[in-house]
Amino acid sequence: MTNVKILGAGCANCKRLEQSVRRVAEARHLDLTVEKVTDYAEMMKWNILQTPGLVVEDKLVSAGRIPKDDELARLLVPQA
Amino acid sequence: MNSSAPLPVLPDRPHTARAFALVALAAVAWVFAYSVVQPLADWLAYGLLGLAQGSPLGASVAFFLYDVPKILLLLSGMIFVISVIQSFFSPERTRAFLSGKRQGVGNVLAAALGIVTPFCSCSAVPLFIGFVKAGIPLGVTFSFLIAAPLVNEVALVLLFGMFGWQVAALYAATGVTIAIFAGALIGRTRPERFVEAFVFEGMAGAGGLVEEKPSWVERLRAAWQSTREIVGKVWLYVVIGIAVGAGIHGFVPEDALAGIMGRDAWWSVPAAVLLGIPLYSNAAGVVPVVQALVAKGAALGTVLAFMMAVVGLSLPEMIILRRVLKPRLIATFIGVVGAGIIFTGYLFNLVLPR
Repeated sequence: MTNVKILGAGCANCKRLEQSVRRVAEARHLDLTVEKVTDYAEMMKWNILQTPGLVVEDKLVSAGRIPKDDELARLLVPQA
Repeated sequence: MNSSAPLPVLPDRPHTARAFALVALAAVAWVFAYSVVQPLADWLAYGLLGLAQGSPLGASVAFFLYDVPKILLLLSGMIFVISVIQSFFSPERTRAFLSGKRQGVGNVLAAALGIVTPFCSCSAVPLFIGFVKAGIPLGVTFSFLIAAPLVNEVALVLLFGMFGWQVAALYAATGVTIAIFAGALIGRTRPERFVEAFVFEGMAGAGGLVEEKPSWVERLRAAWQSTREIVGKVWLYVVIGIAVGAGIHGFVPEDALAGIMGRDAWWSVPAAVLLGIPLYSNAAGVVPVVQALVAKGAALGTVLAFMMAVVGLSLPEMIILRRVLKPRLIATFIGVVGAGIIFTGYLFNLVLPR
């Protein structure tokens, strides 16, 4: 099971990113847990400058934007 | 272009040529649409709706029908171009560039970068922490945080569309100047004392995001996406702002506002700034109203000060920044920037010809 974290303090784009992640996961049958990180001190571990941040298996893969579904599908597969 | 001749595309880059062709096509369509806005609006107001030329209602409706499509076209076209330019800047690159810069030179660079770096006030907190952890002085960070919302692309496009490039340039220049001096001044008050402790705790996380250099197709696609997003967010403000402005144009008598918002009413500048702080709108809604006020005798310095207070000192942003700044520092921030805006308002009223 892949662990996915969404970094952001509840802004509109953070919610949209979460929806996108869930939609892509369902469409492509990805097995993942989605966790929301809303605490700034916590999310700064990934050294982001823009929210929402997307973290897959502890690795920051995008920040400050909402990737398109096909890109998201690629990002949600953890890199070795 | 001769469509029967094959386009000279490099075999590995067919998409780039196609993307640029699309942009060129859109540009032609844009120029055509822009050139028919005025005759179309006149025909709709005076022809189809049969309103009398020069009547208050006719003037209001014609103004509305002309300005809404014109401003929306300007917004979409120019935001696209600006978004492409912004794709060469990112908060990550700006941070790398600013780290190691001292107060002074750093304030100037940060204020200038605040204009071109894409920035959303919802990201103000991570950006603040990230800048501080990269060793950028607080005063320099503040210069960035003041310039970014104050001199934003929507404000500049609307000022350009409704007042002309001189006023837009004046606004940009003063916005940057305020950001430089306010940041430098705040930097001298030992602001570290009033920053929440957790900001300084722990080291900067390793690395952060390393994005690959985008291709031109990706830049254009991202610019198109952000244009749709920005225009989608502000178009309603534009329509409402222009509707209010159109009403003022048609129904408020000439020079009605000269007494209360004219350059001789000295108290109107601070009053405009105080009024602007709690108001939350964006430039898209404010500029059309401001333009109508100026047409009715309000002084330009007064209304620009009002606009700067609305977009540069918004209450929601202060609430977001409260997560990292103690109330004392927020008060300093509002005080210093507000004073800068009031000074600018007086200066404009003093030097601008009426």
